[in-house]
Amino acid sequence: MEKLVKIKSTCVPVNIENIDTDQIIPARFLKATDKKGFGDNLFRDWRFDKEGNPKPDFPLNNPKYKGEILVAGKNFGSGSSREHAAWAVAGYGFRVVISSYFADIFKNNAMNNGVLPVQVSEVFLKSLFEKIEDKPDLEIEVDLEKQIVKMGGMAEHFEINEYKKECLLNGYDDIDYLLNIKNEIEEFEKNRAKLQIVL
Amino acid sequence: MSKKTLFDKIWEAHVVKEIPNGPSVLYIDKQFIHEVTSPQAFDGLRKRGISVFRPEQTIATADHNTPTINQHLPVKDELSRNQLDKLGQNCKEFGIELYALGHPKNGVVHIIGPELGITLPGSTYVCGDSHTATHGAFGSIAFGIGTSEVEMVLATQCLMQNKPKRMRINVNGKLKKGVTAKDIILYLISKLTTGGGTGYFIEYAGDTIRSLSMEERMTICNMSIEMGARGGLIAPDDTTFEYIKGREFAPKGKAFDKAVEYWKTLYSDADAEFEKEYNFDAADIDTMITYGTNPGMGIKITDKIPSVNEFESESEKNGLQKSLKYMDFKESEPIMGKKIDYVFIGSCTNGRIEDLRAAAEIIKGRKKADNVTVWIVPGSKMVEKQAIEEGLDKIFKEAGIEMRQPGCSACLAMNDDKIPAGKYSVSTSNRNFEGRQGPGARTLLASPVLAAAAAVTGKIVDPKEFLS
Repeated sequence: MEKLVKIKSTCVPVNIENIDTDQIIPARFLKATDKKGFGDNLFRDWRFDKEGNPKPDFPLNNPKYKGEILVAGKNFGSGSSREHAAWAVAGYGFRVVISSYFADIFKNNAMNNGVLPVQVSEVFLKSLFEKIEDKPDLEIEVDLEKQIVKMGGMAEHFEINEYKKECLLNGYDDIDYLLNIKNEIEEFEKNRAKLQIVL
Repeated sequence: MSKKTLFDKIWEAHVVKEIPNGPSVLYIDKQFIHEVTSPQAFDGLRKRGISVFRPEQTIATADHNTPTINQHLPVKDELSRNQLDKLGQNCKEFGIELYALGHPKNGVVHIIGPELGITLPGSTYVCGDSHTATHGAFGSIAFGIGTSEVEMVLATQCLMQNKPKRMRINVNGKLKKGVTAKDIILYLISKLTTGGGTGYFIEYAGDTIRSLSMEERMTICNMSIEMGARGGLIAPDDTTFEYIKGREFAPKGKAFDKAVEYWKTLYSDADAEFEKEYNFDAADIDTMITYGTNPGMGIKITDKIPSVNEFESESEKNGLQKSLKYMDFKESEPIMGKKIDYVFIGSCTNGRIEDLRAAAEIIKGRKKADNVTVWIVPGSKMVEKQAIEEGLDKIFKEAGIEMRQPGCSACLAMNDDKIPAGKYSVSTSNRNFEGRQGPGARTLLASPVLAAAAAVTGKIVDPKEFLS
């Protein structure tokens, strides 16, 4: 997994609440058996019309917005467990998603793919959207080490699980950790078998 | 004195290790896999050069991306066929039992687990599918995971998980006649909203929940994720034990009795504490239907579509307007009487035999409305077989409806079962997101009885009028 320490970038604002995983990547694009190419269909039906032409009013198609940070409305990533949604976000080139609320599964999926979900207050999110609209070339700085997000003179602390933070800072993944404790897992299985609660 | 919730008891019995300031290593008893969210996980194993740790604790089925007609013929769509072939190859290579398309045990992953007696109280289940919470109906911890996590469980039978907060939802009292489990859960989601359960695991309790059959309990737990919750569960009781008894993979004889003894210890202690608790009166619940583009946008069938003035925040007002524009509905208009184009009865929410029976009761002796296309899709081969044995397929046929073959079908429209753009679909599935049932499709979530009533009238009607 690619490390993530500090990201300083302009951003793309999608000021819509409850963006569900079917909007992030519709089910009809889940037929691939690898992780490639999902970024091309990120927000497919909002981004392109039926003929596949970009819809000019969608922020991803607006040339004034670009960068490695996606700023989205409250409750981002609700719905399906499809990791394809995280692959689409990462595949498009985003390393950070900022919102005031994230769905649980999406949050895990994002972090397992080196994408940092940054949960900020609703007030902060609102000012972010206003500032971006005003000055699209303004950069946002996300410092994972210090757990701070800054933009144009304003800053806010964000929470992240210590373990996940270490993983992202160092590019480790959970499987490496679990494979290293296989003996303990086998021990657990033996004890459970003794209790006869495994049926 | 123990002060544990049902969730705590099961969770604690599965913690292999706690990581300081981090998640717990949680042991998973069984993992269900399917064709869509597993191929990249198997690739991951190959890249690492490792095998599946406990193949016998892994069950595979093909369901998400399968056709619901002519299953005996090769799958036409090349990408879909490739995905199904990949599942077959992966299961063969790693020694996993696969209930492939056409297999007598094939079906929607959350339907087959319970009906085969794989799903048992006190256990932990995961699947790369958010509706895994269905299995919680048996008093187990079951939740959906992403593909990286599927790989983790294949590799180690464990997951790194932060313990969720605990919520209890009590529903007490007698339900009105004709009000179903689907109406209960749509009602709860409309009250708690789609984010109301985020960070929580929900226990459903109360005498109304207790009075439900196992299949009805599955419908409730199934949609826990639509409130944002990781999962939902219901304490096991005699209804649970009766359901499990005699099923293919369930413990038999003395082993069963011993299991029941253990299962009976699985309940929340009287003084157990929940971070959040809600109480609802069953008498307040009526036939429900959604009007918007998330499952929280549900109303009583006799209610009017909300108006923008009813919401306080700017964002809620915008959300409603965006939804109504997509659905081509107006604020404050009645939902009853709206013309519809498609009916879908099926999915892991409502594709079990009781759902098909409920639909048949209304459809029997009536004809499908001319303006409506109706897809009735049993949740599994076993449900299909049972439906045929009971003659339900004939009842549907006489009404002008062909029962299709099992699969997830129009719930997520990965296969050819897509609702065309702009068309209205009354669906017994779990999500009404924009484009969920096909690009531009307009979904109204409801119970099988409402869907059946819509099928024979071609419009949104109160199914209670059709029940004898």
